[in-house]
Amino acid sequence: MLKRVLLSLLVASALSTAAFAEEPKSGGVINAVIQPEPPGLMVGLVQNGPTQMVAGNIYEGLLRYSPKLEPLPGLAESWSVSEDGKIYTFKLRKGVTWHDDKPFTSADVAFSIEFLKQTHPRARGNLAQLDKVETPDDYTVVFTLKQPFGPFLGIFEVGSLPMIPKHIYEGTDYKTNPANNTPVGTGPFMFKEWQKGSFIRLVKNPNYYIKGLPHLDEIYWHVIPDAAARAVAFETGKVDVLPGGSVENFDVPRLTKLKNVCVTGAGWEFFSPHSWLWLNNRQGPTANKKFRQALMYAIDRNFAKDVIWNGLAKVATGPSASTIKYYTDKVTTYDYDPAKAKALLKEAGYKGEKVRLLPLPYGETWQRWAEAVKQNLQDVGINVEMIATDVPGWNQKVSDWDYDIAFTYLYQYGDPALGVGRNYISSQISKGSPFNNVEGYSNAEIDQLFADGATAFPDSKREDIYLKAQKILTDDVPVAWQLELQFPTITRCNVKNLVTTAIGVNDGFRDAWLDK
Amino acid sequence: MSKFWRTMLRNPGGVIGLTILLLAIAIAIFGPLLFPTSPWRMVQRPFLPPFTVPGLPLGTDALGRDVLAGIIYGARVSLLVGLVSTMAALAVGIPVGALAGYFGGKVGDALMRFTEFFQTVPSFALAIVLVAILQPSIVSIVLAIAIVSWPPVARLVRGEVLSLRTREYVQAAIVTGQSHSWIIWREILPNALSPVIVLASLMVATAILLESSLSFLGLGDPNLMSWGYMVGAGRTVIRQAWWITVFPGIAILLSVLALNLIGEGLNDAFNPRLNKEGR
Repeated sequence: MLKRVLLSLLVASALSTAAFAEEPKSGGVINAVIQPEPPGLMVGLVQNGPTQMVAGNIYEGLLRYSPKLEPLPGLAESWSVSEDGKIYTFKLRKGVTWHDDKPFTSADVAFSIEFLKQTHPRARGNLAQLDKVETPDDYTVVFTLKQPFGPFLGIFEVGSLPMIPKHIYEGTDYKTNPANNTPVGTGPFMFKEWQKGSFIRLVKNPNYYIKGLPHLDEIYWHVIPDAAARAVAFETGKVDVLPGGSVENFDVPRLTKLKNVCVTGAGWEFFSPHSWLWLNNRQGPTANKKFRQALMYAIDRNFAKDVIWNGLAKVATGPSASTIKYYTDKVTTYDYDPAKAKALLKEAGYKGEKVRLLPLPYGETWQRWAEAVKQNLQDVGINVEMIATDVPGWNQKVSDWDYDIAFTYLYQYGDPALGVGRNYISSQISKGSPFNNVEGYSNAEIDQLFADGATAFPDSKREDIYLKAQKILTDDVPVAWQLELQFPTITRCNVKNLVTTAIGVNDGFRDAWLDK
Repeated sequence: MSKFWRTMLRNPGGVIGLTILLLAIAIAIFGPLLFPTSPWRMVQRPFLPPFTVPGLPLGTDALGRDVLAGIIYGARVSLLVGLVSTMAALAVGIPVGALAGYFGGKVGDALMRFTEFFQTVPSFALAIVLVAILQPSIVSIVLAIAIVSWPPVARLVRGEVLSLRTREYVQAAIVTGQSHSWIIWREILPNALSPVIVLASLMVATAILLESSLSFLGLGDPNLMSWGYMVGAGRTVIRQAWWITVFPGIAILLSVLALNLIGEGLNDAFNPRLNKEGR
C-alpha cells in the first residue's frame, strides 16, 4: 500500500518536474540527526551505519545506484564489460579534485583498492575475484577478474568502495594517520568541524565537479542520544531531517501527522534490511524441518507489519528481499494459518519441549515484536520461554549457537552473491560470529548453487541459479523470514530531492535543496 | 489477640489498607479465573482508549493487549515478588541480627561489618547489577531484592536482641542452663518480633516498588506480565496513550499505599501506649 503511494508520488513528482520543472533553489543550512555518534568519519577505516551516513557525502565511489540498483555515474562517467565478463573498463570523470585541490586520478583508484583490501572486510570479500588493476592513463582504470563475477558492478557504492586520497595515505600507517580526523574526499561536502557529543558540521565544496551542485551551504549533523529527545528536537524545529532508524517506530505516525512533514521509506534499497528468526538447525525441535515450517505458518507477519512497524515494512517471502536482483515470489509461501501450523507440529512429533526465544535488544520495537511472536507461537501450542539479554549477551549467545530462536536483521547489498548466500552456505558456518550461517543449515546443493551463481555468466544464467536456490530454501525454511524493513526518513517538506538513490541520505545531500 | 485486632480496626488507615490489600490478594488469586486468556494475547486493535469497547474497560496497549487483564495478572507477580523476597530477606536478616545481638563481641562485630558492607552499596544500583549479571528472571529478581533488603532487618533485630538480652528472664534462662538456641528462639525472638512485623509490611511495599522499577527498566522477567513492565512499555507512548501507563501506575500506588497504611496500623496496635500518648 505504502509502496503504491510512494510510487504514485514518485510518478507524480516526475510528472510535475517535467511539467513545471521546479527550479532548485541555492543556499541554506540543513540540520539533521545522526544516531548514534559515529566512532570516526574515515569511511575506509570505519564502516558503521552512522559513519557511512555522514561520510557518504564527503567521500564518493566510482558508481552511484538508482533505487532499482542500476549503476549510475559517480566518479566514473562510463564503464564497459568485456564479452567474457572478466574485464571491466572504467572511464573517470575529468577535472575532479580532492578537497585539498589535488587532482583525482586513476592512481587514486588503484591505491584505494589496495587500501580497502587491508582495512575493509566486506570490500576484501567483494574483491576476492579481482586479479589485477591497471591504469593505462590518468582517467582509465581496467579491472581484470580471475573469473566472471556477476555482482561486480554492484560493489562500487561509496560505503563499500570509497575512493581514498593516495597523496595523503600512501606510505603512512593508515590507522594512525592524523588526516583520519579531518577527512578529505571528492564529495559535494567538506568536513569542517566536529564537536564531540554535540554536532558534526559539513560545508559546501565550492569546487565540486558538477556545476551548480551542491545546492546547500552547510549540513549540521546533531548528536542527540535519547530517542524521545530526537523526536522532540524534530517537533520543535531544531532539526529538519530524521534519517531512518533515528526515532522509535511508534513516534513515526505522530511526527508524520505534523504540518509540513514528509516521510519516505525509500533510500534503503541497497541495504534492504531483511529480518528473520535464526532457527537452530542443529538441535532441539527447530532441527526438524516440519517444526520450522510450522513456525512460518504460526507467526502473523501482517500483524507485525501493521502494528509493530506501522505498515513501514513488507512481508518477506524468502531469503532475498524484493529489492534484490533475481528476487522471485514464485516460491513456497507461508500465510498465517495456525491450524496448518498445529497439524505440522503434530507431524513433527513436537511434545511441548521448551523453546528459547531471543529478542534483538535494539529497543522497544524489537521487544514488542518478540512478545507478539511469542504469543503467536504459544497460540499453536509451542512452549516458548523468552530470554532477556543486552547487546553483548545477544552477540555471545547467537555466536555460540546457544539459542533455539533468535531475532535478527541483516543487510543484503543488492545482490544474492553479496548479502544473501553468506547466511545459507555451509562454508560460512563458523562459531564466534553473529552474522554468518548462524542457523547451521548445510545443504550441498545450496552450496553449489551459490558458488555457481557468483561466477556464472551472463546474467540470465545467474537468474536461473538463484531462482532455484530461492525455491529450495523456502521449502527447507533454514530461518523464519519475517519482514523486509523500511527505515522511514522523516523530513520537513521543504527539504527537496534528498532521497534519490539506493542509499538515500548516505549520498543524498549532493542533490538536495531547500525551498524557502 | 482480640485487643490487638480491636486497636488495629479502630485505626481508619489500617482498615483502609487492609481492605485494599485483601482486595488485591483476592484479585491475584481469583482474577485469572475470571480472565482465562493470557494477558499477552493480542485481543483487539492496539491503542483502544478506555471505555470504548465493551469487555475492554481499560483499553488496549501498543500491541492490542487488554490492559485490565495485564493489571490482574500483574497483581500476582507484584504480590508474589513482594512476599517471597521479604520472606527471603527475613530468613537472612533475622538470624544474622539475632546472632550478632546475642553473642556480641567479635562475632557481633564481624556480622555487623558484613551487614554494613551490603548497606554501603546503594540498594537499587546493587539490585540492577545483580539482575543484569544473573539474567532477568523471576528467581534472580526475588534474589536481588532479598539481597538488598535484609540489612535493615539484621540491624533492627540486633538492637532488639541487645536490649532484651539483659532482661531478668533471659538472665534467668541462662542461669538455669538453657542452650543458646533455645534462649534465642523461645525467649528472645518472640518478644523482638513486633517491630520486625511492622518493618516487614513496609518491606513488602518496597519490594513491590523495586520489582516495578526493575521491570520498568526492562530488567523484569520477560515471560511474566507485571505492573512495572506495563508502565515501562507504555512510557514511550504516553503522549498517544496515557491509559497504558496510568492504570498500572495506580495499581502500584494503591498496593504500596495499602501496605504502608497497614504498617502504620500494626505499629499502633503493637504499641497501644505509644499510640495513646501520641494523641
